[in-house]
Amino acid sequence: MISKGNTWKFGNNIDTDAIIPARYLNTSDPKVLAAHCMEDADPDFMKKMTRGDIIVAGENFGCGSSREHAPIALKAAGISCIIAKSFARIFYRNAFNMGLPIFESNDLWDLISEGQEVEVDTDTGTIIISGGAGEPLTVAPIPPFMQELIRDGGLMKHIAAKKKSV
Amino acid sequence: MGMTITEKILCRHTEHIEIQPGMLINAKVDIALGNDITAPIAVSEFRGAGGTTIFDKEKVVFVLDHFTPNKDISSARQCKLLREFARQQDMKYFYEGGECGVEHALLPEQGIVLSGDLIIGADSHTCTYGALGAFATGVGSTDLAAAMLTGECWFRVPETMKFVLNGPMNKWVSGKDLILDIIGQIGVDGARYKAMEFTGDTIKYLTMADRMSIANMAVEAGGKNGIFTPDDITRAFVEKRARRSYTFYESDPDAGYSSVMEIDVTKLEPQVAFPHIPSNVKGISQVGNIKIDQSYIGSCTNGRIEDLRVAALILKNRKAAPDVRLIIVPATPEIYRQAMKEGLFEIFLDANAIISPPTCGACLGGHMGILAEGERCIATTNRNFVGRMGHPGSEVYLSNPAVAAASAVAGRIAGPDEL
Ligand code: SF4
Repeated sequence: MISKGNTWKFGNNIDTDAIIPARYLNTSDPKVLAAHCMEDADPDFMKKMTRGDIIVAGENFGCGSSREHAPIALKAAGISCIIAKSFARIFYRNAFNMGLPIFESNDLWDLISEGQEVEVDTDTGTIIISGGAGEPLTVAPIPPFMQELIRDGGLMKHIAAKKKSV
Repeated sequence: MGMTITEKILCRHTEHIEIQPGMLINAKVDIALGNDITAPIAVSEFRGAGGTTIFDKEKVVFVLDHFTPNKDISSARQCKLLREFARQQDMKYFYEGGECGVEHALLPEQGIVLSGDLIIGADSHTCTYGALGAFATGVGSTDLAAAMLTGECWFRVPETMKFVLNGPMNKWVSGKDLILDIIGQIGVDGARYKAMEFTGDTIKYLTMADRMSIANMAVEAGGKNGIFTPDDITRAFVEKRARRSYTFYESDPDAGYSSVMEIDVTKLEPQVAFPHIPSNVKGISQVGNIKIDQSYIGSCTNGRIEDLRVAALILKNRKAAPDVRLIIVPATPEIYRQAMKEGLFEIFLDANAIISPPTCGACLGGHMGILAEGERCIATTNRNFVGRMGHPGSEVYLSNPAVAAASAVAGRIAGPDEL
């Protein structure tokens, strides 16, 4: 799968309260959650972004709460992919469990400026910076089990598929 | 090579004879927990996957603690959905209303989680139960849904970091200060993906409440779990609450660790985490003059009876400063009753405190103590992210209950010795 979009840059330790503040957690409706996506990190984010855009972040993206509302909000907002230097553990699980493509790249953050377009091939793990010089970046391959999750469309579908095949 | 306590507990919940860090395993869970924020998504995922009956009605636990008593129509709807599901599934452990408390204080207290268990919870502070010598970790709603269906969860076996705490603690220093100090040293991702094992001769001075505060904040260092080796203090706590069997595990002498950190706690003073990240830690003597609008004593980190007793010790015959709202939240009904019996409520009311029912409340900016723009709160909670307790322009400082109580009296962040 190819994700292509303009990038939004965020720093280190973007926590789940910044991605979707708790004051909106009295619902799990993706549309409502998406309307407040990234609100406490950048109040105008939803006005500025367009569907298909890509978030490029620093270390420990998604730290804090276990709320799946965070990847749900990002996915429903139309974020097609997140590339961070590293992800917090529960966010990492949640993203794969619900089929939101995420990648770890140590280099991309320093190589691009905000708004630059990048193209990500989620199957091969290559990132091409549009108009950028040099070779495409290759990111660490996704572990085979997670690839299975993505292929099946998330954890619940994966379990259902496994049940059927027994 | 030997195994750490974390590896042993994980291993005993699989078919494997031995496991190593990095392995991906499927393990059986003893308890799977959800709350009023995370369980509604899990229920809909469970149903979406064709689920009809949960794997074990004694092993799935719902605690409606975050926005309860329901703060608005939406949260009431979420709770209604869970209530109907729990009745339909005949779940043994469903908590709301007068039986409900903050989940991570409630489950150990009620003997629902025990030593040697493997516990997942759709709440990041599920790691609290490591205080009992259990493997406990936070997951998302989909993981909870999968466990409700299959009784299993996938894990990557974590490397273990060992923290060796040495020496007795100074007056007014508690488990909270030890973990704030560690997070200050290693950072909020210093233990990312890793198990944090706490050992050393300091452990024998730590109450179960202290150990729970420490394990609770393992996630604030990015850890997968925090864990203590069970001892006589653990036994005294678990023995009288357990309604099923439990197992004490310990690390083998030749177990492998990714790092070992020695910490001398004898010089440690009470710690305060400044906004907006739990690693932004200073000793109380370095804080300077920081005026506060609110002091919040409660949460799954520090809402236990031991915490309320410390607060009462400082608040006795004193009053909160005129411009400070002091909010005290006993974490469970049992703690609430005990505090009342011991006369702590008299002391709190005389100090002009507001006594809240057991709830997560303002800890996550839910309700009952929200901050306006520019307001400052000292809180015994575990997170001080931007907007955590209200307006994005408000500030949260984290401390132990003694400092939070003393600060309420002083009207600025202060240690008990400054009163
Ligand atoms: S008290 Fe605070 S940190 Fe603990 S479970 Fe409730 S909201 Fe989360």
